[in-house]
Amino acid sequence: MGLELYLDLLSQPCRAVYIFAKKNGIPFELRIVDLIKGQHLSDAFAQVNPLKKVPALKDGDFTLTESVAILLYLMRKYKVPDYWYPQDLQARARVDEYLAWQHTTLRRSCLRALWHKVMFPVFLGEPVSPQTLAATLAELDVNLQLLEDKFLQNKAFLTGPHISLADLVAITELMHPVGAGCQVFESRPKLATWRQRVEAAVGEDLFREAHEVILKAKDFPPADPTIKQKLMPWVLAMIRFSLLLVMYAVPKEKQHCQGHSLACAELHMKLETRDWGKMER
Amino acid sequence: MGLELYLNLLSQPSRAVYIFAKKNGIPFELRTVDIIKGQHRSKEFFQINSLQKVPVLKDGDFILTESSAILIYLSCKYQTADHWYPSDLQARARVHEYLGWHADCIRGTFGVPMWVQVLGPLIGVQVPEEKVERNRTAIDQALQWLENKFLGDRLFLAGQQVTLADLMALEELMQPVAVGYELFKGRPRLAAWRERVEAFLDAELCQEAHSLILSTLEQAAKKTLPTPPPEVYPTMLLRIARIP
Repeated sequence: MGLELYLDLLSQPCRAVYIFAKKNGIPFELRIVDLIKGQHLSDAFAQVNPLKKVPALKDGDFTLTESVAILLYLMRKYKVPDYWYPQDLQARARVDEYLAWQHTTLRRSCLRALWHKVMFPVFLGEPVSPQTLAATLAELDVNLQLLEDKFLQNKAFLTGPHISLADLVAITELMHPVGAGCQVFESRPKLATWRQRVEAAVGEDLFREAHEVILKAKDFPPADPTIKQKLMPWVLAMIRFSLLLVMYAVPKEKQHCQGHSLACAELHMKLETRDWGKMER
Repeated sequence: MGLELYLNLLSQPSRAVYIFAKKNGIPFELRTVDIIKGQHRSKEFFQINSLQKVPVLKDGDFILTESSAILIYLSCKYQTADHWYPSDLQARARVHEYLGWHADCIRGTFGVPMWVQVLGPLIGVQVPEEKVERNRTAIDQALQWLENKFLGDRLFLAGQQVTLADLMALEELMQPVAVGYELFKGRPRLAAWRERVEAFLDAELCQEAHSLILSTLEQAAKKTLPTPPPEVYPTMLLRIARIP
């Protein structure tokens, strides 16, 4: 058995892995793990990844989780072009720096934007207060500003003149709020032109293919009660982790985030005190 | 000007960088940034890191943030022993796998007890008991995964030798340990791992790196901790508000 990639293109990190493998002509068997059907929670998938998360890679007997680890493994094993993760010490450090930063910041706000704007109300039928949503979007805004000001600045790509893993990870994340109907690029011309460059470098067909699922997220039919019951604990755990934000000192967003934290806490308390073991409705 | 490291030994990722540099005999100028006194919010430090966080590395004109990026940079530039960041494909992948999970499940969670017991009270803030309990549960769950998935029956978290993963993990675990959490009680495998890591790093170096954090509780009781200036309050309050 050759390389297997366990993915769901609904997931940001899965899209980055998918695009990277396809773009670099890396042969693999695609194993779809349908998150909204709860397939990641199955015993079968637990054999692949006991942490029940995607993406996961299986290369013979070697199983690997965590998207950054998977991207770097593929990069090294299949000897892709240098620009993805440059040999140059400082250029590479810049990619490492972005990949570390995004984990606790942009990724979390993009995830929350999708869940608070679309997945909770539409898919799960759980209303989200306008205050919570506004605060989530405000926080996303802060992180987008940091992406522009600290990372992109006046460069063509996030870490230099060429596309790298940093851009791939970033763009796939930003497509989450885009899929939720957020205006991520419309008021940010710098980010918009960066996006065009990244899409061109990746290849527009591949980019479109990888994002078909997320761009239809608004149209997912509501989950039936059994599925909802199954998914709720996982959703709450996933979004709760996204509450554990690392402090960053950007004065104007303090207010938003304080209220945000309280609003999120209220939403979670309301959802967590329900007994998901019993059938609702 | 040679290598400069902007650090604060109260900060978990700062300690990881400090210990790594010292253990590997990497020459550097230590630039202590006193977080409690608000030095990270100065105009001078803003020039170093506009995100106003530590650790930061400055190597000539090259400035680098994010502890894992700094550790990888140092290991490559100073060609430290291979085990830290192994060149073997799968071994290195295991280090990155740990660091990815660490960012989600360890970072943020293990710092909370220090905020609850020392830093919050320093500015007169009491964190509700419900949040403290929730954090305790999160810590317990993370420790279970740490022991069962990452350590398993191996000597270290990403293999049979010490790697960057062990250093990052140890320093995060020291944070609640410093305020009296008995993380290793009832977890003999994890306790044995901690002993192995500390023995490898050298007891004296660990003592030096941990002395500040281990004295915070006592200092708080004696009221000898520095007083945070008012301009630091908003960011401290924000951090506390984010405790789930």
